[in-house]
Amino acid sequence: MTPADIEIPITTRAWPLYRALVGLGLICALIIVSAYQLTAPVIERSKTAMLEQAIFTLLPTALSKHAYRLTAQNRFEPATDKRNSARLIYAGYDAAHRLVGFAVPARGMGYQDSIELLYAYGPEQQAIIGLQVLSSRETPGLGARIASDPAFLHNFARLDVTLTPGLHLAHPIEAVPAGKKLAAWQIDSLSGATVSSRAVAAILRQSSEFWLPLLTTRQEDFTRGAPHRDLADG
Amino acid sequence: MEHHTATSPTADDSAGDTDVFITGLWRQNPVFVQVLGMCPTLAVTNSALNGLAMGLATTFVLLMSNTLVSLLRKAIPRQVRIASYILIIATFVTAVDYIIQALSLELHKALGAFVSLIVVNCIILGRAEAFASRNSVRRSLLDALGMGLGFVFALLCLGSVREILGSGTLVGIAVLPDGFEKWVVMLLPAGGFFTLGLWLMVFKRIKREPPRATETQP
Amino acid sequence: MNETSLWSVFVNASLVNNFVLAYFLGICPFLGVSGKLATASRMGGAVTFVMIIASVCAYGIHALLLLIDAPYLQLIAYVVVIAATVQIVEMFIKKTSPTLFRALGIFLPLITTNCAILAVALFQTNRAYDFMQSIVFALGAGLGFTLALMLMAGLREKLELASVPSLVQGTIVTLISAGVLSLAFMGFAGLGA
Repeated sequence: MTPADIEIPITTRAWPLYRALVGLGLICALIIVSAYQLTAPVIERSKTAMLEQAIFTLLPTALSKHAYRLTAQNRFEPATDKRNSARLIYAGYDAAHRLVGFAVPARGMGYQDSIELLYAYGPEQQAIIGLQVLSSRETPGLGARIASDPAFLHNFARLDVTLTPGLHLAHPIEAVPAGKKLAAWQIDSLSGATVSSRAVAAILRQSSEFWLPLLTTRQEDFTRGAPHRDLADG
Repeated sequence: MEHHTATSPTADDSAGDTDVFITGLWRQNPVFVQVLGMCPTLAVTNSALNGLAMGLATTFVLLMSNTLVSLLRKAIPRQVRIASYILIIATFVTAVDYIIQALSLELHKALGAFVSLIVVNCIILGRAEAFASRNSVRRSLLDALGMGLGFVFALLCLGSVREILGSGTLVGIAVLPDGFEKWVVMLLPAGGFFTLGLWLMVFKRIKREPPRATETQP
Repeated sequence: MNETSLWSVFVNASLVNNFVLAYFLGICPFLGVSGKLATASRMGGAVTFVMIIASVCAYGIHALLLLIDAPYLQLIAYVVVIAATVQIVEMFIKKTSPTLFRALGIFLPLITTNCAILAVALFQTNRAYDFMQSIVFALGAGLGFTLALMLMAGLREKLELASVPSLVQGTIVTLISAGVLSLAFMGFAGLGA
């Protein structure tokens, strides 16, 4: 049995210190890199699958999708590096390679932590036609219901986001108290989760004010040479 | 870091293996007796499952870091030991973060940044310094297992009480009748403080001896 | 992309989602140092200062790691840089104010393993804050932490004179009071949205 008080080496020279730290650094690097190498493909795959599923649920008529990135010149170009999610949106196409809608990721502050959403925009309907909560850390049983409550999610089956000729939202999206929804651009809040409901409304309002004018004015970026399904996956 | 050694008396060298194990699990339960390492974990105990996941992740890091620290105990000079321990712990936390992501993205999202915060859990550094740095690998493993399971037990206690009273369910299965008015406050941060306070009270009563000097513990 | 306004970030970090009362971060010094009002305010100051430095460091590290495409180094880099920063602050305080150094005692080195500091770095990365947002977030978090610490110290100074049942003395009564404080802070929910 080892005694409890093993002499921990004490040294005054610098060389053993460097040796110990560099050696330890190497061991740690080995562990981290192998953990990353082993898990990265699995994580990548499940993330892609999750996003794909969300997009095709939001755009049920779409058979293929393609990722586009907004360039600094305010144009959309097919995205090549999909790991970088900045300024990325997805366009969905039907069997005839016609554009059926966009899936737009958005994020913002919820009650306790940030909420990540994916919403579908139908250019023909001029409306948000679906919403999925990708991640949230809202309180279980209260705010977390924004991701699952059917009545709440029904708000987004057709949420009016008509643009004025000046390319602003005609009626900014707003959350109203539960059961008080009167207009097509209002969201019935969840009772008991007003803050989370309002957060969703704010995220959608900000995101749609940014993206919709661009999506409307740059339609040709998406119609020109809509990619084939076999090219479009991923 | 001397206070860790001073305030968390461990099974000394004369103690048997079972003793090493039981000490962490019960006698010196990290949460209920030593009141340590709650910061990064209390926030995710609003359901039993989240508490369990967080506890297991912490146990994994504790096991690995105790093993490596114990293996290298003769190779790490005293002056750089704390830096080395932090490096080792951060390595395993990064690994566990990726493992959780690979196992379930859902779970990873539910735990959020709090997985990474395991790195600053006082228990892990405390065990590395107070136990693993001066004991054999086998005993360090036992110590980590005891402390880790003690931690899991504590988080489960907290998580299940909060879930049962707050949402009327346990691990997602309804356990209370429909007529029960849910104590929403239990799911909120305030409920975390109350539940921890109540459990500490229960433990103090059971043990019939007040926890020593919790005042000065980090 | 995160469009949250600076004011909203600040209010959120300091009041709505107070680090101590909503995230349980920094409980260790919260229970340890919140006995005296004077110590509590100093500790709060030190933490706020370190938080801002940590936030700047984290912003730089994150940008650098994105550049060299090594996300797996994030945690280690944060921990090491923050620990180094704290060491420097410690040396600085030891030189300039021995009184303060004595008052903070063992808690200064412990700021290294203070979850609240690392959490500032991790949260700002997770929420994709830009540089200004990060600084304001760190400032808000630090001030919120100080506020919670000082409120608690005030409560505990009063509690010392009250007759508390022996079963709940010490940590337990502090935790229950923290719970009540946390309830009170819930009144801020929705503020600055």
